[in-house]
Amino acid sequence: MSDSQAIAVDGETHNPALLHHFAEPQQQRDAASLGMWIFLATEVMFFGGLFCAYLIYRLKYFGDFGAASKSIDAALGGTNTAVLICSSLTVVLAIWAAQTSRRVLLIAMLVLTMLFGLAFLGIKGVEYYDKFVEHHIPGASFSFEHVPIPGHPDQHANPQHAEIFFALYFVMTGLHALHMVVGLGIFTWLLWMAWRGRFTPEYYTPLEIGGLYWHFVDIVWIYLFPLLYLIDRHP
Amino acid sequence: MAMATTTVPTVERENYLNKHYGVSSWLLTTDHKRIALLYLISITFFFFIGGFFALLIRLELLTPAGDLVQADTYNKLFTQHGQVMVFFFLIPSIPAVLGNFLVPMMIGAKDLAFPRINLLSWYLYIIGGVMMLHCMLTGGVDTGWTFYVPFSTAFSNTKVIEAGLAIFVVGFSSILTGLNFIVTIHRMRAPGMTWSRLPLFIWAHYATSIIQILGTPVIAITLVLVVAERALHLGIFDPKLGGDPLLFQHLFWFYSHPAVYIMILPSMGIISEIIACFARKRIFGYGFVALSSIAIAVFGFLVWAHHMFVAGISVYAALVFSLLSYAVAVPSAVKVFNWTATLYKGSIRYDAPMLYAFGFLGLFTIGGLTGLFLACLGVDMHVHDTYFVIAHFHYIMVGGAVMGYLGGMHFWWPKISGKLYPEGWARLAALIVFIGFNLTFFPQFILGYVGMPRRYYQYPPEFQVLNVLSTAGATVLGVGYLLPMIYFLWSMRYGKPAPDNPWNAAGLEWKTASPPTTYNFEEEPVVTWEAYNYDEIDAEHKQEVPVVG
Repeated sequence: MSDSQAIAVDGETHNPALLHHFAEPQQQRDAASLGMWIFLATEVMFFGGLFCAYLIYRLKYFGDFGAASKSIDAALGGTNTAVLICSSLTVVLAIWAAQTSRRVLLIAMLVLTMLFGLAFLGIKGVEYYDKFVEHHIPGASFSFEHVPIPGHPDQHANPQHAEIFFALYFVMTGLHALHMVVGLGIFTWLLWMAWRGRFTPEYYTPLEIGGLYWHFVDIVWIYLFPLLYLIDRHP
Repeated sequence: MAMATTTVPTVERENYLNKHYGVSSWLLTTDHKRIALLYLISITFFFFIGGFFALLIRLELLTPAGDLVQADTYNKLFTQHGQVMVFFFLIPSIPAVLGNFLVPMMIGAKDLAFPRINLLSWYLYIIGGVMMLHCMLTGGVDTGWTFYVPFSTAFSNTKVIEAGLAIFVVGFSSILTGLNFIVTIHRMRAPGMTWSRLPLFIWAHYATSIIQILGTPVIAITLVLVVAERALHLGIFDPKLGGDPLLFQHLFWFYSHPAVYIMILPSMGIISEIIACFARKRIFGYGFVALSSIAIAVFGFLVWAHHMFVAGISVYAALVFSLLSYAVAVPSAVKVFNWTATLYKGSIRYDAPMLYAFGFLGLFTIGGLTGLFLACLGVDMHVHDTYFVIAHFHYIMVGGAVMGYLGGMHFWWPKISGKLYPEGWARLAALIVFIGFNLTFFPQFILGYVGMPRRYYQYPPEFQVLNVLSTAGATVLGVGYLLPMIYFLWSMRYGKPAPDNPWNAAGLEWKTASPPTTYNFEEEPVVTWEAYNYDEIDAEHKQEVPVVG
């Protein structure tokens, strides 16, 4: 760290955000952005394993998954979807505010984004609590007896196969929620930097790559919502 | 500042090693060269731990009876040998040590794109390593390095969760290294360093990084599921609860087959550098060798189910995966043929790095061709889970990857340490490694073919002669591995100072000082020449006395 500061002091056109090993700000910005895109590619593969498992069991235990899916509250899930889409909008507005030197708006948008994120986690917590009350958490106390399969009222879902649905539901939404928590951490840091006036129309890379991450976590939810909540909703 | 020292002629030039002293200057460094050395020390430590397990395995197999260790202990020995060698030595070995050290220098950069993330990756490695050590010291794990379910999730009574989490953590160190390399190679190249002028070492690391960033997250999520299944009995992989164990194998091998290419591709990059330098020729078919690395990375993702031919997958799937496994041999063969063609009419010198490169060529070819035996459905039914498989992948991972690693360590040691290693000892060690390796693993091809299964601690007496040969070879191999460590350490204190370019090699890393300064280059280099321009270099040096390494 002391090296980079020493070099930066030597430079005549001193830019505090430019690290020593980059030739120019554009190069540094491109590197940061590419780095985040590659990280998101790893995240796609990370969630991809789960989506793959989901696909296989959905096809294998089609009706049981439909029955289990119906027991989740789609209204809460839908609300959460709307909340996350709104949070993506406020992220974009925050970047626009930085580009146009509107510091107060920038801070307001970051705070709003975080509030949306917290609202999402709160609603998620309510859903988890409902599942706990209904004994739908996989494990010793799991119970899913005599639940009809959608479209086949005379057949009952196999509790063990429904348990696999709920296992995937909790692992997928749990990992997604964990990503939301990490996102809130990143946005706390962005808020702190915005508060100190570090962002200018020339330098707002952290906002951009933090925003990329936030949008990615939103998009994962956009796929999780229909797969977990909306299958077999027809009457 | 330290610039005052340049006025005193007897003091060493300032370089990355002597610029700062003290523990914190190492543990908080963001210099890619120092992080490479931190990795070198760490992976060498784990290499000898993995080697210790291998030694105990070979000692147990010296006699047909299971007499040295209990069956349960033996299960832990081969499990931990595999896990330590794969996840804590082979995968980080070349990328994290030589790649870290050389990638920025070879493309004319001051450092990797994200120096702090580079340091973070080392810390993740250490955290994972400490977890693994703790796991091994408090009981160990016995599932085989493959963690197959439902044994690992429902039956094993050993520390599966801790080992799984250790590998989960160390996986992220691998992902971060790959991410750093890709961004660095895209964004940090010096002016004039076009893609077609990149050293093949860089192309190989680029291909490796693609596998690291796309494959490793899949094993991460798989291990999360195994841990969750074991801790909470979710049922995802448990056939008793409707889960599918084959799904685990698919997910596991989706990473763990390409992981073999994480080990071998960087080694192939090293071989390209060494062969061009010691044959004094531009590599034959540069473009083909470069793109074959990418082809291996891509095809490598499409062959995973050849590990599951007898696991109960459909015969049509098996046919497709068999064909694709044959296909992946094509780019590997392209490399071997091009290296051989490079040797043709070259002025070959037999220094230690070149001896390792020759060793690589022979052993990798044997390992690759026996891989084709295994890709063949009928033959695989016969030799699946036998010592034939063990011999095959050791020819790739040890005969290929480790030979390349050692060749690279010798080739770049003068640059890393600023000292020359003793050439005579190095040639002797290369010879010992080659002999020891073949004596260890060639008998295992025969053992497997005549029916000795892997992972058993006792065997019928008729297998003893070949097993004794193998154990004797392992002892020789062990000596061959200890020698370089001894004389590398010796040379750091007593070795002759290395000139900047002891091999008259091409490549930007040889235009830096030995050892390099913290920012590698005095001023940003501008590249106006093609890679491996040995014609021009030798024409320049024709009148000069060649520097003997």
